[in-house]
Amino acid sequence: MNEKALRGLIEEVKAGRLPRRSFIQQMVGLGLTAPMASMMLMQSGVAQAQNMPAYKPTKRGGGGTLKLLWWQGPVHLNPHWATGTKEQEGSRIFYEPLAGWDADGNLLPVLAEEIPSVKNGTLSQDGKAVTWKLKKGVTWHDGQPFTADDVLFNWQFIRDPASSSTLVSIYKDIEVVKVDSHTVRVFYPKPTPFWAEAFVGTSGMIIPKHLFAPYIGAKSREAPMNQAPVGTGPYKFTDFKPGDMLRGTAYTNYHQPNRPYFDAIEMKGGGDAISAARAVLQTGEYDYAWNLQVEDEILKRLEASGKGKVTIVSGGNIEFIMLNSTDPWNEVNGERGSAKSKHPAFQDKAVREAMGLLVDRKGVQDFIYGRTGVATANFLNNPERFRSKATKFEFNVDKANQVLEAAGWKKGADGVRAKGNVKLKFVYQTSVNQPRQKTQAIVKDACAKAGIELELKSVTAAVFFGGDFANPDTYQKFWADMQMYTTTMTQPDPQTFMEQYCSWELAQKDNKWAKRNISRWQNEEYDKLHTASQSEMDAVKRAAMYIKMNEVLIADGYIVPVVFRPRPSAAINKLVAPLSGWDNDMWALPHWYKES
Amino acid sequence: MGNYILRRVLLALPSLLGISVILFTVLALAPGDPFEELATNPNVPPEVRLALRAQLGLDDPVWTRYGHWLSSMLKGDWGFSFVSRIDVDTLIMQRLPVTIVIIGASQILALLVALPVGILAAVKPYSWFDRIASTLSFIGFSLPTFFTGLLFILFFSIQLDWFPFVYRADISATGWQWWWEHIRQSIMPVAVLGLFQAASWMRYVRSSVLDVVRLDYVSTARSKGLSERVVINKHVVRNALIPVVTLVALQMPAIFGGAIVTEQIFRIPGIGSLLIDAILRNDTPVIMAVTFVFSGLVIFFNLVADLLYGWLDPRISYR
Repeated sequence: MNEKALRGLIEEVKAGRLPRRSFIQQMVGLGLTAPMASMMLMQSGVAQAQNMPAYKPTKRGGGGTLKLLWWQGPVHLNPHWATGTKEQEGSRIFYEPLAGWDADGNLLPVLAEEIPSVKNGTLSQDGKAVTWKLKKGVTWHDGQPFTADDVLFNWQFIRDPASSSTLVSIYKDIEVVKVDSHTVRVFYPKPTPFWAEAFVGTSGMIIPKHLFAPYIGAKSREAPMNQAPVGTGPYKFTDFKPGDMLRGTAYTNYHQPNRPYFDAIEMKGGGDAISAARAVLQTGEYDYAWNLQVEDEILKRLEASGKGKVTIVSGGNIEFIMLNSTDPWNEVNGERGSAKSKHPAFQDKAVREAMGLLVDRKGVQDFIYGRTGVATANFLNNPERFRSKATKFEFNVDKANQVLEAAGWKKGADGVRAKGNVKLKFVYQTSVNQPRQKTQAIVKDACAKAGIELELKSVTAAVFFGGDFANPDTYQKFWADMQMYTTTMTQPDPQTFMEQYCSWELAQKDNKWAKRNISRWQNEEYDKLHTASQSEMDAVKRAAMYIKMNEVLIADGYIVPVVFRPRPSAAINKLVAPLSGWDNDMWALPHWYKES
Repeated sequence: MGNYILRRVLLALPSLLGISVILFTVLALAPGDPFEELATNPNVPPEVRLALRAQLGLDDPVWTRYGHWLSSMLKGDWGFSFVSRIDVDTLIMQRLPVTIVIIGASQILALLVALPVGILAAVKPYSWFDRIASTLSFIGFSLPTFFTGLLFILFFSIQLDWFPFVYRADISATGWQWWWEHIRQSIMPVAVLGLFQAASWMRYVRSSVLDVVRLDYVSTARSKGLSERVVINKHVVRNALIPVVTLVALQMPAIFGGAIVTEQIFRIPGIGSLLIDAILRNDTPVIMAVTFVFSGLVIFFNLVADLLYGWLDPRISYR
């Protein structure tokens, strides 16, 4: 899929021959995110579908209490500190961004009057400035008006390193200027193709200046609003016990008409995912439960009681296996897995190819994850003409045997293939987690048939993901031949996500293994493409670059995707809750209602 | 007496100090990082995580961190939680009342069951009543609470739909409705904890009453012509309860520990579920504080048991 083919497709969308939605699905299949595909269309002049979620109630209130069950409850309500989604979700009940992402990757205005666009003159052609017009007549829950000063303040708050915000990397290089009381302009230091990050979605919730102003920087921990937010959202804060219960009541001056439908909201935390699913699907004690990391078989059984349904939204999380490109067993310059070394077996492309053939993705989906892990066969689902060689997957033990045989890896007396003094015996590590151990077993089985012996190793999640640089078993150190985990893509733009295979991101001893290129894979072409993509303003060219990067990466065989991990959640039958994989579950909370 | 208490309290100080050193070292050596989620999130630059670690002093050597913790603890500052960034004592105070109510209620239930059943079983040993009660009690204390808890949920919540299985500390109803809702949701956890305790206590009460009921002074009381009721209530039970009371006091801390699991199952926002959450999130200050509170309780109830013993049996004196 190159730039030309992309342009052709966009033309088809423009002419109305190709539905917008299927274009976006095809792009997602190629490894792009829906929001990116949507931005591509926007820039090409295809009008964005501004579909507000369907909403039937004709008046505010009257819906009783909306009961949400979060098996891990939020522990604070400052969206700028959120380390995980639970705090973002808790904050999103009260705080709102300027715009949010819907399931198809459309930007929908929330606190903004409209989405910036080149046509309206609010988006500069060179990608260095974006003008946000703010909605008028929005008030904070304490009655103060919402203005441009509030937006400006959020930028100042986050970029101050002493505030220790997790969003600092998004806000630290931009400049925000107030134009008038309801207009702000955001300047980027260099052309920024993907501008909808600051003030948008999960990373854009706006906190009030008039309350937070005295608590900027190191004093931010003392702000009482960290526990008792005052926002612009559909529900007003009532009370909060960290990790346990969060409650709110309908805000009668909410800026969207007839919303919210519910009179009150509560978010209960604690417990485990299975019983959370049970409380919604089986007893109906709660209306909605989030992030149900439960085996699909159990979910199906619970669904069978007919009280609720499971909704699955796809985002960018992917479970994958990485092959070590360096030698994890011998020290080079006093360092195991040094970037200067090469893996004795994996440096042979035939071995990597064989490994790719021996991962039964379809089996993993069918027997382990079900609906909650879709084999990356969605690379295959695309129409024939987009199917590049690099993104084709198959499971074929015979072919793997042939490939290895042809490359000179001969079976020894013990049935394990070897060439010279290198044997195909690998250590395959992952974190302790039932589906992962099952996946390991499936791969081990197939490898045994091809004369490759795998030693399975599972490390407790606390150690594996712990980031303790004194521990040899962390995933960052990767002192094993292969490892498997899920990498999350929390932002819709793939730039930072794809950076994890750039050579300047190598996780090594001198950076305490804190950098992100863990497989230590290095490729000049990939690096060049990534550098170019950072300042490529043409959305289509840029998309073509990411598709290419993805192909280069997959073709080299060090990275073996296994399954996409969509987010499952449960809701009772009558609840209408628009969800999106590109934003928080609470992104469309004002539009939630119950069918009568 | 006063002297004795003072000495015991002074003796408790070094043990608390020792406990804190051990806890702190174990926690420092244990793997894990409160900012784990940041490490796996590719969009958060590693510098943010390293800065946060440095800001919270996680990169200092263990003994420096312990020194900080101890000196602020002595000033009454329990520190603040790494994940929620609010003060630990506030967090504990939010959670403590629920735990006390649930544990208190379950202990009362345990006593209400264990005392009469144990006494009746001992008065007529090897009768049908005794046999049934003993069998049930064996079953009761051999089933762990996490198992009975799940059984209760499956049966009473899912099959019969009688009780909710998600506990809510703040119920918006008022008046009788408020009481009713609270009782309804507390029945299962209180029963799980209480019946487990009652099962083992019943055995203690039974054997202790059996010991006393054979003594000569009981025969004397009977031959004086006192009614059986008076003999049992006034003469037997009173003496038989001395060891039981000490036992109950000594078991209190263990009960707090046992409640952790039950709290997790029923989502009771008590101090136990706070501890579990803190462990899962590697929130050292909270783990430290809660375990410290637990060890404080152990020492306190040990002292109470010793004092009670002397009060019940004047032959024991304190020097």
